[in-house]
Amino acid sequence: MTTREKILANVRKSQPPLVTAPDIFLWENRQQAEASTVLETFKTVAGNVGSKVISVESIADIKNHLNILPGTRILTSVPELFDVADDVAPYQNANPHQLENVELAILQAEFGVAENSALWVTEKQMGTRVLPFICQHLALVVNAGDIVADMHAAYQRTQGSDHSFATFIAGPSKTADIEQSLVLGAHGPRSLNIFVLTT
Amino acid sequence: MKDHAALSEAFNKDEQRVNWHDETLWWVRQKRDKASHQIPDWEELREAASQIKHNVLSDLGNYLEQFEKQAINNGISVHWAADAKEHNDIVHGILKRHGITQMVKSKSMLTEECHLNHFLEEQGINVVDSDLGELIVQLAKEPPSHIVLPCIHKKKEEIGDIFHEHLGSEKGESDPQILTETARIHLRNTFLTRRAALTGVNFAVAETGEFVVCTNEGNADMGAHLSDVHIASMGIEKLIPQRKHLSVFLRLLTRSATGQPITTYSSHFKRPRPGQEMHIVLVDNGRSIQLGREDFRNSLKCIRCGACMNTCPVYRRSGGHSYHTAVAGPIGSILAPNLDMKQYADLPFASTLCGSCTNVCPVKIDIHDQLYKWRQVIIKEGYGDKKKATAMQAMAYTLSSPKVYRIAGKAGRLVMKYAPFAVNNSLNPWYKQRDMPEPPKESFGEWYKKNRS
Repeated sequence: MTTREKILANVRKSQPPLVTAPDIFLWENRQQAEASTVLETFKTVAGNVGSKVISVESIADIKNHLNILPGTRILTSVPELFDVADDVAPYQNANPHQLENVELAILQAEFGVAENSALWVTEKQMGTRVLPFICQHLALVVNAGDIVADMHAAYQRTQGSDHSFATFIAGPSKTADIEQSLVLGAHGPRSLNIFVLTT
Repeated sequence: MKDHAALSEAFNKDEQRVNWHDETLWWVRQKRDKASHQIPDWEELREAASQIKHNVLSDLGNYLEQFEKQAINNGISVHWAADAKEHNDIVHGILKRHGITQMVKSKSMLTEECHLNHFLEEQGINVVDSDLGELIVQLAKEPPSHIVLPCIHKKKEEIGDIFHEHLGSEKGESDPQILTETARIHLRNTFLTRRAALTGVNFAVAETGEFVVCTNEGNADMGAHLSDVHIASMGIEKLIPQRKHLSVFLRLLTRSATGQPITTYSSHFKRPRPGQEMHIVLVDNGRSIQLGREDFRNSLKCIRCGACMNTCPVYRRSGGHSYHTAVAGPIGSILAPNLDMKQYADLPFASTLCGSCTNVCPVKIDIHDQLYKWRQVIIKEGYGDKKKATAMQAMAYTLSSPKVYRIAGKAGRLVMKYAPFAVNNSLNPWYKQRDMPEPPKESFGEWYKKNRS
């Protein structure tokens, strides 16, 4: 008997009589709050977890808010920003170590979640998986209309999509392991700017 | 082997530190309260989570097979380990095949349970823990004292000394900001030079074969995405049926743990990146036995948030190391006796049974009931404290006869009145942290006879 068979046999011998999973329909189909309330909640929560939210009217407007130090490396997946940053696409299958010295990454997020300010970023939008983690600073762009109220709505939105890797990002990388003192910039980005496109 | 009482006594020597430890964890508990109160249907959410886990446990065999099938379809190698040794051998085998002698690891309580680091070091493989708290305890050659806050027992000055010795920070530096930056620079180099990364798993989805890893630091992602080989170790109880159920658990997990609305990163790993190898090790290590214990199977619902530790009056004042097991606190005390009833016979007694753990548990595990039930099993199996057994027998005898009871009561009052040194000494554990009470002049029985009869 292989270990696999042994474990499965032991599990089946031990498991209690079948109980069905509860319906979480209740949360999935709740009447959502007004879009403006959802956006306000998103902004408040984002501020609480150390993100900076900036409302912009166009992608081009983002450039007015970037503080670019000459000689630093900036990557983006947003075509409208190719004049100030390099395209991430060529790094798709490259050695991830090549991204070691990226100062700023500006990536499109698919949607945001108001209750925790998390933004859903998929592998396609990252160019390469390590980018949103290895860069010193991260900026994510999200449409104001793409903010959902809670995690139930969030997973409903991802239903049917298929990503080899995707992540929720809420705030800059942080730790409080030393005497519970909050420090931003643990291993990942030291800051997160969220550009909310209002048009 | 010292038991919980002896180990807590060592922790209790420094009263100021105990107070600080107590207050810090209570502060985390209060943050949990604040976060949970912002969710209007928090209680319904807990109930749903508990029921989803109940469904998982009742159909675990099928979910495991479904998960395995999906994960293999996704290009992940799936391994099965019956116990800690088999888990460690599998991990070692993967590393050996690639000729890898250095590995970076993010937080995984399972690998603590399996003593993986120690095993790999013996095989000549260097392991670096990348979670800041875990790195600190690793450098200090200690186990973590809390599953979410591994070095909560350490003061920043001590961490400064450890970093000065191992990472070359300035002597006497204790600013958390500067110490964190020191670790960041050190670990960045580690991440860039390790070809293998091991991570834990918070949730694994049977429906899709993907797994979710939650961190605030981003260390699991840094390790995994820079590595050629990613190994994810998980206990078989980490499964959830469908992807949509993640919504329930991600809403509960961090609010219960630290009071945050969600961790900074909740990463969903489904397939390896091109050119990368991804492995999942499914570990039993006693879980299928616990599943068969009707009174205790609910402990397998645990999502490792640590809320029961933060709220526990015993944990807060005795420290994580006093539990001498990988998972400390109330939940650890109901998990550990399943693995070794003799070695962990003391743990279910390290509780006041106040029930606070049960009240904060996001998956509604009846922790304090299980502590009480473990006590009965342990006594029945003959692993109880012999001194306590003798004392209990003496008490049963005294309470069984009104005459003996009255004589014993009188004798007690006389001793405390005329020979207080007989009880006010270090042989009496009650006297250690408190004074004995003033003896009453007479018993209630005597008073009642005089005044009412």
